[in-house]
Amino acid sequence: MPQDWLYGLLGGALIGVAAAMYLLLNGRIMGASGIVGGLVDGSGGFKSERLAFLAGLVLVPGAVVFAQGGASTHLTGNLGVVIIAGLLVGIGTRVANGCTSGHGVCGISRLSLRGIVATLFYLLAGGVTVVLARHLLGVI
Amino acid sequence: MRCLWAFGAGGIFGLGLLMSGMTDTRKVIGWLDVFGAWDPTLAFVLGGAVCVMFVAWRVAGQRATPALGGSFPTPPEPKLSRNLMVGSVLFGMGWGLSGLCPGPAMASALWGGIGGLVFLAAMVAGMLAAPPIRARLDTAAS
Repeated sequence: MPQDWLYGLLGGALIGVAAAMYLLLNGRIMGASGIVGGLVDGSGGFKSERLAFLAGLVLVPGAVVFAQGGASTHLTGNLGVVIIAGLLVGIGTRVANGCTSGHGVCGISRLSLRGIVATLFYLLAGGVTVVLARHLLGVI
Repeated sequence: MRCLWAFGAGGIFGLGLLMSGMTDTRKVIGWLDVFGAWDPTLAFVLGGAVCVMFVAWRVAGQRATPALGGSFPTPPEPKLSRNLMVGSVLFGMGWGLSGLCPGPAMASALWGGIGGLVFLAAMVAGMLAAPPIRARLDTAAS
């Protein structure tokens, strides 16, 4: 759709507003993998704050989608691919200490070299993976 | 109070992901698929978010403490580590295969079907497996 870029820009600005709130009010970097990961392995403090953030992240879009009568992520039905992808995302984001929100949104905007390099690496790896998996192997 | 605002930030983050189309894996894979029907939406999403956050970091720089107390994050570590690069490559591979990263995976937890829940379970398992891998990369680097 031609207006996709506009929804992208507005939605992106909302993501920026959320990250700005979390930084300026709570003093924390809004990184999804860090917030989940710190709870999962018990390495991070601010436990109730992390849970509250995740509750908002799950429940608010959930309520909107239910009110709209449903939506789909169009995720592949190949559960083997889903499991491998989930494992790679879990391991990779914790080893790199960040994902698209932490390194991408919060890191790049801070002109952090680590955030910029991480983003270049996962974009490149993602692009190569899609080309191989879709055009050569045909698994996605 | 901190939790209430954290809930609000999480909710707005989720709405932004939904509105921008980032919970639709076709759009994410479409962005990464430079040899297919390339979808530029993700650039607008990242651009919009980075612009707002660029201002927020400036504001944070002029304040001593966050509004709800505590302290601001420490300045970023300038050193590029092997962990950062290896981890980002692994993450990028999983992101490309599925079209999901941690934020949208959480935002679609209630409506993403069985596949979405399987992804989340595998992601959590991967997060639990990460610390020893991290430690090994650290040792190998030193």
